[in-house]
Amino acid sequence: MANDDRVGSRDVEPKGFLAKTLMKLYVPSVLSGMKKTMEYMIRPKATLQYPEVKRVTRKGYRGEHRLKQDEQGRMKCVACFMCQTACPAECIEITAGPSPWPDRDKAPVQFRIDMMKCIYCGMCEEACPCDAIELTETYTQVSTSREEKIYDINRLLSN
Amino acid sequence: MTPWLIFGAKAVGGLACQMGVGPAFTIVERRVAAWIQGRVGPNRVGPLGLFQPLADLVKFISKEQIVPADADRVLFLLGPLLVFAPPIFGFCVIPYGNMIGDEHLQIANLPIGVLFVMSVISTGVYGMMLGGWASNNKYALLGSLRASAQIISYELSLGLAILIAVMMSSSLDLNVIVEQQAGKGFGAWNVFGGGHLSQLPSGLLGFGLMFICALAENNRLPFDLSECEAELVGGYHTEYSSMSLGVFMLSEYLSMILMCGLMTSIYLGGWSFPGITDPSDHSILAGLISWAVFMTKILSMMFVYVWIRWTLPRFKYNQLMDLGWKAFLPASLVNIALLAVIGVMGV
Repeated sequence: MANDDRVGSRDVEPKGFLAKTLMKLYVPSVLSGMKKTMEYMIRPKATLQYPEVKRVTRKGYRGEHRLKQDEQGRMKCVACFMCQTACPAECIEITAGPSPWPDRDKAPVQFRIDMMKCIYCGMCEEACPCDAIELTETYTQVSTSREEKIYDINRLLSN
Repeated sequence: MTPWLIFGAKAVGGLACQMGVGPAFTIVERRVAAWIQGRVGPNRVGPLGLFQPLADLVKFISKEQIVPADADRVLFLLGPLLVFAPPIFGFCVIPYGNMIGDEHLQIANLPIGVLFVMSVISTGVYGMMLGGWASNNKYALLGSLRASAQIISYELSLGLAILIAVMMSSSLDLNVIVEQQAGKGFGAWNVFGGGHLSQLPSGLLGFGLMFICALAENNRLPFDLSECEAELVGGYHTEYSSMSLGVFMLSEYLSMILMCGLMTSIYLGGWSFPGITDPSDHSILAGLISWAVFMTKILSMMFVYVWIRWTLPRFKYNQLMDLGWKAFLPASLVNIALLAVIGVMGV
């Protein structure tokens, strides 16, 4: 029944002198309230003991960025500036240079993402034609200065 | 030498019941409160957070003791101690275990134990009044007036509720009251009529009244108007800081333990539990078992205190006074009359 919780409420008409007296003294209401709090007390808690237990992120969680590499260990990025253009927060800054490999013209010399500006929308990932950038499921970012929050190309490759 | 040693051992044992459980219970209170609210609660200090009271103590001690300007310094510092002393004093007549050899597990075996506890409990209110008045703060003064009015009103019904048990046992000696309830099954407990089925309604009503009055007497929710921190500026201990505030808080727990001990002794069979304790066995092991039973009873009652605290909303002041004077006082008087009639008729 949907209204099971309302045993002590007024719209339940008690029968008999004892039941009426107890109802008037709020005895059923108090007992049903205490039953409820006991339920809450023994219910498992949602709290995670954070530093020891870390939350398992759902699939597709948008955390820190990573620059991907192909099977030969070369970075996939061709410095096309699509992600930099797509980025609504303007946190990506690419410096392009000539590619050391023959199958492409350009490769990034520097690839910076300002993690303080980034809004983790995933537009860079969607814009990339080479599938070279993606958002990982890492959500912890610890740093002691603003400079550290600007990830350079090596940091992004090693992510 | 030996009588003094025995007395010392009994005193240490009795004090350990109270002073050990008091701080330990603060962690129980906080954990249970957290669980009821869907939180985890303090669990960082020591295993399961059990050393949290020690951390609290260190915090209290290391804070600055501030005495307000123009406050009455002596009375201000005396206030917490006057609240602190009565519960400890009162606990010395509570029997906390069966006899070991020829010795009662009780610090002082008074033939008027119940009267003694009642009179000692009522002196606790002076500390609150002095503390509030000496603070030189109108909010603290109002808070202490609230607290003392509440305590004095409920003392009346509390005394009458205690009287029910005294009438059932025909004794003021707590040892006699407990021994009458021991070893004869649950029916012999005063809450279940003290061995006479005809007294069952009186016992239940008396225990219910005493339990609620004890909540009010200890300023516990749903009757914690004297110190509702959130909306009425703290109450009588508004101006207190550091360990003197800690003493106020600790004495609240100590008086809870005293109340639970008294209720356990006069209504719930004290240290006895059918099937576990044997009143005629005066060995050390039996004494320890009866002590454990007594402590379990006290702790279960205090758990119910906490459970109620986080279930029921606070009463308004007029509701509190109405309940005390217009409901509990007549109810306990009727209960006494009922029990007296039953007793005279001898059913």
